Amino acid sequence: MLSGWGRWPVVPGHELLSEDLPSLTCGANLTRGLGRSYGDASLPSTPTARVAGSRLADRVIAFDPDSGALHAEAGLTLRDINRTFLPRGWFVPVTPGTSFVTLGGAVASDVHGKNHHRAGTFGRHVRRLRLRAGTGDVVEASPEVEPDLFDATIGGMGLTGHMLDVEVTLRRVPSSWIAGETEYVPDLEALIERLLDAGTTWPYTLAWMDALGAGGRGRGVVYRGRWAEAADAGARTLIWPREIAVPISAPYWALSPFGMRWFNELVSLRYGRGIRHSLMHPQTFFYPLDSLLDWNKAYGRRGFTQYQCVLPHKAGLATYRKVFQTIEARGGAPYVVVIKDFGAEGRGRLSFPCPGMTFSIDMPVQDGKTQGIVDAVNDIVAAEGGRVYLTKDAFTREAHYRAMDARVDAFNAIRRRWDPEGRIRSALSVRLLGDAA
Amino acid sequence: MRRIAIVGGTKGIGRAVARQLVARGDRVALLGRDAADLTASASDLAARAPAGSVGPAATAHLDLSHPETYEPALDAAARDLGGLDTIVVTAGAFGTQEALEADAEARERVLSTNFTQTIQFCEAARVRLIAAGGGTLCVLGSVAGDRARKPVVLYGATKAGLAYYMQGIDLRYRDAGLRAVLVKPGFVRTGMTAGLPEPPFAANPDDVAPAIVRAIDRGTPQIYVPAIWRLVMLVIRWLPGAVMRRVKF
Repeated sequence: MLSGWGRWPVVPGHELLSEDLPSLTCGANLTRGLGRSYGDASLPSTPTARVAGSRLADRVIAFDPDSGALHAEAGLTLRDINRTFLPRGWFVPVTPGTSFVTLGGAVASDVHGKNHHRAGTFGRHVRRLRLRAGTGDVVEASPEVEPDLFDATIGGMGLTGHMLDVEVTLRRVPSSWIAGETEYVPDLEALIERLLDAGTTWPYTLAWMDALGAGGRGRGVVYRGRWAEAADAGARTLIWPREIAVPISAPYWALSPFGMRWFNELVSLRYGRGIRHSLMHPQTFFYPLDSLLDWNKAYGRRGFTQYQCVLPHKAGLATYRKVFQTIEARGGAPYVVVIKDFGAEGRGRLSFPCPGMTFSIDMPVQDGKTQGIVDAVNDIVAAEGGRVYLTKDAFTREAHYRAMDARVDAFNAIRRRWDPEGRIRSALSVRLLGDAA
Repeated sequence: MRRIAIVGGTKGIGRAVARQLVARGDRVALLGRDAADLTASASDLAARAPAGSVGPAATAHLDLSHPETYEPALDAAARDLGGLDTIVVTAGAFGTQEALEADAEARERVLSTNFTQTIQFCEAARVRLIAAGGGTLCVLGSVAGDRARKPVVLYGATKAGLAYYMQGIDLRYRDAGLRAVLVKPGFVRTGMTAGLPEPPFAANPDDVAPAIVRAIDRGTPQIYVPAIWRLVMLVIRWLPGAVMRRVKF
């Protein structure tokens, strides 16, 4: 059985693992990395599909300490990159909220992070990649060579070919520590204003919002950060925290709205009322949940989904509020809400980020409810000219997706050129992109 | 600084151990059959070595099924590293009991690789280490060699035999300066175990590598990784045959 990070859906199938990715991907229908996409992006379209797992192919091919160019096999994780190269003054140019992502996965999802307003997506920093196309041929792609294939692969959800290796430019950093700031903000309007304001001077920004309960709705915390200068960081040595595994699934009632309300209360108290400065460990700043392995089990056996959409700035506060009201009215429980402003759109043909505000909303999967919630919110997002993030999505319907994203046919046309028989497919491509099962 | 030759260092647990060693400044020679694979892994290790390391990783051709390659490989490793004080064997072959019962060729490969060839190589390694004034020989066994169990009869038998050998050379040659280290991994997620049903306490290669490196440093005669398997196998070793006949594991 296979599932994504949300543990919903769960489908029959198994992945083949080998250090030898070029052999493993021969005849494969899909390659997955660590399976950290939430929904069905890394799941096979049929139980008999050949799914290649790339995570054992994690060798560095070359690193140039002058330019920061890192060439590595597609299964190398951002975690491994940071632990190896941060002590030498290099960090991944863009990182999502987890470091448990392979290079191939980071390209396929064209991941974004707290620095999107400055640095764009991961794809902006990719120099070239090598992939095995659906025809079986190994093709090199870069902005200069086969640019169409390159652009379609950036954010292409692994559907343009099996990535074998990737070259990306790491970012030089002055120290291994983050000079961070948190600010408590009482309501959504101020939260968004403070977030946009922070983006003008800070390279890393993010907001967390408490969306539970009418009284607290909209209060939150704005996170700001930049790499500390060597002099400010001092001589402290960076020790990565020990990771703790969650051994069993929590019972389904463990994460209740009641409990989460208290959790949110604690988070608010922790950040006090006002601004706090601190020198933060990069793990705390970028990957607060990575030290708790398998935290997805906290949502219990029924799993959870993360709904992430982007809404153009013109949509405005009323629309943002409507999203949360719609979820609440339908009995959804938006446990964890994260807000970020996006900068310019990248070159990826199917990449998610575009200028606007993005909201990621974690919700436990509730039988009979979740589909309705996602449908209702998608109505709003489609009407406002926004779109959803395929890496998180599990419930969006094809009609909604088509209404949100006019780029699908052009993307599929590039795919067909490299995969005329349509060998490379996923459960997601069948659900949303019109592939046959 | 150690000078280490590793057989099987391009994959699985061996890859993780080689990375740990190189990251702390040791020098490693990768021994194996596939030149391209060895070179790729040596580049990986070189990129991971601390800044300023000189020649952190070398390679040499070794084919366990051809004993005539043993001495030239160890010579080359000693030459490239400027000596050799540790030899590690993480290479091994695996097949499920069903597959090995059905296929005589696969059976021959597992039996000879894990037992005859590994021990032949260890003999060459032992002689060389003792001649150089002592050193560490670390070999990967398996918890499957601790007690016969239904799903791993043939594979378990090879690892049990290997464990006997390692215990024996520890008794016989420790005074001569040989430190024989037998590592018994439980279920570790590698290409070797891909597709097998995952038992409790499954671990990643990176999780078990630090304990293996520590055992090499201390010359511990026998360790289980993850450590919990010592307890698990203690229980399983004491289960009566009548029980083992009934259970599936």
